[in-house]
Amino acid sequence: MDQLTWTGSAGTVLLPVFEIAVLALVLSLLAKLLFVLAGLDVPRLPGPDGTIAARSPGLMASMGIRFSFFAALAAILCMLAAGAVMPTPLEAGILGAMAVRFWPVWLALAATFVLSIRFRRRLGLYGKLFDSTVGMIGFAIVMFWVFTAIFADVIITQDPFIQLSGLKNKVPGIAAPDSPYGWYLLGGDHLARDVFSRMVMGAREVLKIAPAATLFAFMVGITLGLPAGYFGGKLDTFISFLANLVLAFPVILLFYLLVTPEIRDTGIPIVLAALLFLFPIIFLTVLWNSRYYTNPPQRNLYVGITLLIGLWAYSGLAFNIDPLGIWSMEPNMLNVFVSVVFVNSPGVFRIVRGLVMDIKARDYVAAGQTRGEGPWYIMLWEILPNARGPLIVDFCLRIGYTTILLGTLGFFGLGVSPDSPDWGSTIDDGRKLLNLFPHPALAPALALMSLVLGLNLLADGLREESLKD
Amino acid sequence: MGLFVLRRLGVMLLTAIALTFVVFYLTNLQPNLEKLARTEGSVRMTEEAVQDWIAQNGHSGSIFMRYGQWLGVVPGWTYTDEKGQMRGRCFEIGQDPTAAPTYCGLLQGNWGYSTFFKTPVMDSLGEKLAATGWLMLAVMLVMVPTSLLLGVLSGMREGSATDRTLSTFSIASTATPEYVSGVVLVALFATAATGISPLLAEYGLIEPKKTLFLASATSAMDDITFWNFALPVMTIALYGIGYIARMTRASMTEVMTQQYIRTARLKGVPFRTVVMRHALRNALIAPFTVIMLQFPWLLNGVVIVESLFNYKGFGWTLVQAASNNDIPLLLACSVVAVVVVLLTQLISDIGYVFLNPRIRLA
Repeated sequence: MDQLTWTGSAGTVLLPVFEIAVLALVLSLLAKLLFVLAGLDVPRLPGPDGTIAARSPGLMASMGIRFSFFAALAAILCMLAAGAVMPTPLEAGILGAMAVRFWPVWLALAATFVLSIRFRRRLGLYGKLFDSTVGMIGFAIVMFWVFTAIFADVIITQDPFIQLSGLKNKVPGIAAPDSPYGWYLLGGDHLARDVFSRMVMGAREVLKIAPAATLFAFMVGITLGLPAGYFGGKLDTFISFLANLVLAFPVILLFYLLVTPEIRDTGIPIVLAALLFLFPIIFLTVLWNSRYYTNPPQRNLYVGITLLIGLWAYSGLAFNIDPLGIWSMEPNMLNVFVSVVFVNSPGVFRIVRGLVMDIKARDYVAAGQTRGEGPWYIMLWEILPNARGPLIVDFCLRIGYTTILLGTLGFFGLGVSPDSPDWGSTIDDGRKLLNLFPHPALAPALALMSLVLGLNLLADGLREESLKD
Repeated sequence: MGLFVLRRLGVMLLTAIALTFVVFYLTNLQPNLEKLARTEGSVRMTEEAVQDWIAQNGHSGSIFMRYGQWLGVVPGWTYTDEKGQMRGRCFEIGQDPTAAPTYCGLLQGNWGYSTFFKTPVMDSLGEKLAATGWLMLAVMLVMVPTSLLLGVLSGMREGSATDRTLSTFSIASTATPEYVSGVVLVALFATAATGISPLLAEYGLIEPKKTLFLASATSAMDDITFWNFALPVMTIALYGIGYIARMTRASMTEVMTQQYIRTARLKGVPFRTVVMRHALRNALIAPFTVIMLQFPWLLNGVVIVESLFNYKGFGWTLVQAASNNDIPLLLACSVVAVVVVLLTQLISDIGYVFLNPRIRLA
């Protein structure tokens, strides 16, 4: 079997088109920058006599940017599409073959978008997201990685831990006769494992922790931030001091202190877990209790279910003593998880506190107080729903930030098993030979970047749409 | 104003004590001390011998007392072994214990002895901090003007094509952590395998098998050149540029909607003059705070970049200290980090009050 080229047989036509488009894009971007700095970038407005002036050089450059960008994009899409219809990877090229491997993701993405756009008027803020181009692009990127994580078993070309002899640090598209697929699409890493499969599996590793850790951080931040902002006073001063203490810590130093094999012997992660994992239970219990305490049977049902499931999960996750053995977390993973939650929650606390201090001066809060509503009811059912816009936006941004933090942990080899395919540690593995063989580090690096970029764009789109109403 | 600064200083001191105590506690955990005993003493020590070593070297007793000794507010420990030989925190073996000072901690200028580098902490840290200082300086020189320019250009006309292009760029740069941009930059500019170096070699502009930039900044320790320093500096700067640019943009768009800008436009002042003279000064107050608060993040970036490019500065030292269980050095590093963070917070608070005429403190 031969080595694969990047673009396969379609590339002979499309590659020059792509190169020209990229060149034009770079030139028009530079031109635009020059024109802006030279003050030649003026909007096209009607003159005093009602005629429209010719386009200024800045606007011409903008047009150039737009056309060349779409041309380059179209060329890439054509290459991917051409690859998808080619019979074998040899003709499809690396890009085409990868596009084929991702088929469940494309299907799921298409289904999501068709359904969401069809029913977007009935879907609230989520539906409004599809009115903003930036938001849609961000959502598409994020969902691409989510579906990749879900369908990772179908997408990978071979087991991400298997090492095949003779494929150490080999370039992308190398033929791998011993592999069931036949090629290493993105080459081999320093232990002759398949970079492509590891990158795909890495998505699962990252998306297993990042959203959950962010959610826990939000529970902690909201549970502490609501009373701090609402009651103020000594309570606020105390919690704010603690939050500022954690925020003043350089993150890396904290990780080096908190995520070590030695610290697991002292039980500090378990203590932290016991403390932090309590907050979701407190949050939900208070939430149901404040809403339904006038109707005891219903209240007892909801609080009972929350406590039952919550304490069951709590015993398993924090102390690993779940009698049924369903909830459990590896000590390694627990340490990483707890540290990430710990680092993130003061930030959430500050945002929630600020929002509450702003909202509590509104009339509807005063109305609630006059009606005799309890403080927790007002906090959880009057203030919190009205603070949801900024919180949802921050949630998206914070998942991205958590992903970066997890990558940092992996990059320093902290708290993950050495052969784990998560993106941070793969980058760490690849960086030792970076200037000789850049591809093993480049694939996870670009994957991580695109996921965080997607989350940031999604947050931007959500912010835009939530500000509209 | 004086009272405000005093109160801020008080809170800062309290924070510094709390933070250093946490670091002290976490570095002096029992497993760490046992590991230290085995590396300093011998690997094959029995469990009992390890405990003895810990007790004989002043690592036993209450954590508060040990923290006090390290800080220099509690008399240093002494230990007399069975041969009558005395040793203690404040003197070497063989020195006269009576001549030694009672207190010898951080406040007396005794930062301890690095167990990994085998030098006094002060010596090794000073030189490393100087190296990082140059890196920070270069980063600031690149990052601040670039990000302010980008932010002002995009905030000047909100919603224009320039604004959207530059905003996308800033979002992309905030989405790229240092370990990603470092890898991408090296792959583009500093390998003979990919990127532009093979192309340049083909055209005969650089020697074959050579790269345009260097992927290691070790040589920059002695002699900083553009070719060995540009990539680390760009890697750190890129992450900050996007963030500061977005903040500047937000501040600029807010200023551009103010009434005095409209008034200036309506009385016929050219757009450029409005931006340069009226808007810019007011728009740059908020980014000042952001730039100062960016320092803790820069510290993060410094650690990552120095490990990635093998530049032996402060961040590299921190990683070495942490991974080799070098307790005195790690403590010293965290003191430096904490002081830098708290000082920048203080400067940003006070600077904000000075710059913003709307805030007046009694």
